[in-house]
Amino acid sequence: MHIPDGYLSPQTYVPLYGVSIAFWGLALRRIKKEMSTKQIPYLAMAAAFSFLIQMFNIPIPGGTTGHAVGAGIIALLLGPWTAVIAVSVVFIIQTFVFGDGGITAIGANCFNMAIVMPFVAFWTFNLLKGSSQKGARVTTAAFLSGYVGLTAAALCAAFMFGIQPVIASGPDGRPLYAPYPLSIAIPAVAMGHLLLFSIVEGVMTVMIMKYFLKHKSMLIYSMREVDHEEV
Amino acid sequence: MKKFEKKLWLWLSIMVLLSPLGIILPEKFGVEGAWGEWSLDVLEKLLGYTPEGLKKTADIWKAPIPDYNFGGESALLSTKIISYMVSGIIGIVLASVAVIIISKLLFKKDK
Repeated sequence: MHIPDGYLSPQTYVPLYGVSIAFWGLALRRIKKEMSTKQIPYLAMAAAFSFLIQMFNIPIPGGTTGHAVGAGIIALLLGPWTAVIAVSVVFIIQTFVFGDGGITAIGANCFNMAIVMPFVAFWTFNLLKGSSQKGARVTTAAFLSGYVGLTAAALCAAFMFGIQPVIASGPDGRPLYAPYPLSIAIPAVAMGHLLLFSIVEGVMTVMIMKYFLKHKSMLIYSMREVDHEEV
Repeated sequence: MKKFEKKLWLWLSIMVLLSPLGIILPEKFGVEGAWGEWSLDVLEKLLGYTPEGLKKTADIWKAPIPDYNFGGESALLSTKIISYMVSGIIGIVLASVAVIIISKLLFKKDK
C-alpha cells in the first residue's frame, strides 16, 4: 500500500501533505509534553521494528503481496502520537533510500499508515478492552486493533486510488493517474487485507502485547490509567 | 543499555535474519508485488496504455537502493537475499538514528 509516484493527482497529494505536516507538528508537541527521555530508546526500536516488519511481504498465491506495518502495536505501547512520528520516519526513509512509495505520495502514505492506522488501532483497543488489564478481552482487543487499524489504512489507500479517474482525466477521457475506479480499487485492496494481511497484523499485535504484558507491563501506554483520556 | 532493551534489539536482529522470507515467499508463489504498485511497463501491459500524468511523475526520484536490492532486477536470488538483509540493517540504523535526533532536538529546546 506504498503509493508510488504518479498514481495520485496533485489535487490529492498536495492536501494530504498538508494534513500530514499538521499531524507531525501536533505529534511533536504532544511527545515533548508526555514522553520522558528514558523512552527515547523505545521510540528508536519502534521505528526499527516498523521498518523490519514491513519487509516481510506475504504473498497471496495468484494474487498480490501485502505486509504488516506495526503502527497499531506501536500506538498501544507508546501512544498514537509517538507512533505517528516513529512510523512516518520509516516511510520517509523507505521512500528516499529504497524507492518504496513515491516522494509526491509521502503525505498520503503517512496519512494512511502513520496517522489513520495508529489512531484507529488505539481507539479500537481502548473501546474493546474496557477496564480489563489482562485475559481474553485484552487479547481480543489487541487482535482487532491491529486488524481494524491495518484494514482502515488499506481502505484509505484504495479510496485515494479509486477517486483518481473521477478527478483527473485527460481530454480523451482516459485517466491521467491511477486508472482504476473505486469499484475495482476497494475490493482489490480490501480482499487481501481482510483475508490475510490484517490477520497477520492482528496476530503480531497480540504476540507483542503479550510479551510486553509479561515482561514490562509498566511501559504500556494504553494500559496506564492516566494522561491519555483526551486522545 | 538496560537488559530488557538489549533483549528487544536481539529480537530485532532475528527479524533482520528472517527478513529475506519477504522476498523468497513471493518468488516461490510467483506473486509479483502489491496492488497499485505496478511499474510503468507492467501497467502498460495491464491497460494497453500509460496514463499521461502517471508517466510524467512516475520516475521523478531515483532511489540509491531501489527495491532493497543492490544487484538490480536480474541479480541472483542469493544476491537479493544478502541485499535485503543489508537493506534491513541500513533501514533500522537510519530510522533509529533519525528518531533519536528528533527526540534530542525536541528535549533540548525544553531547557
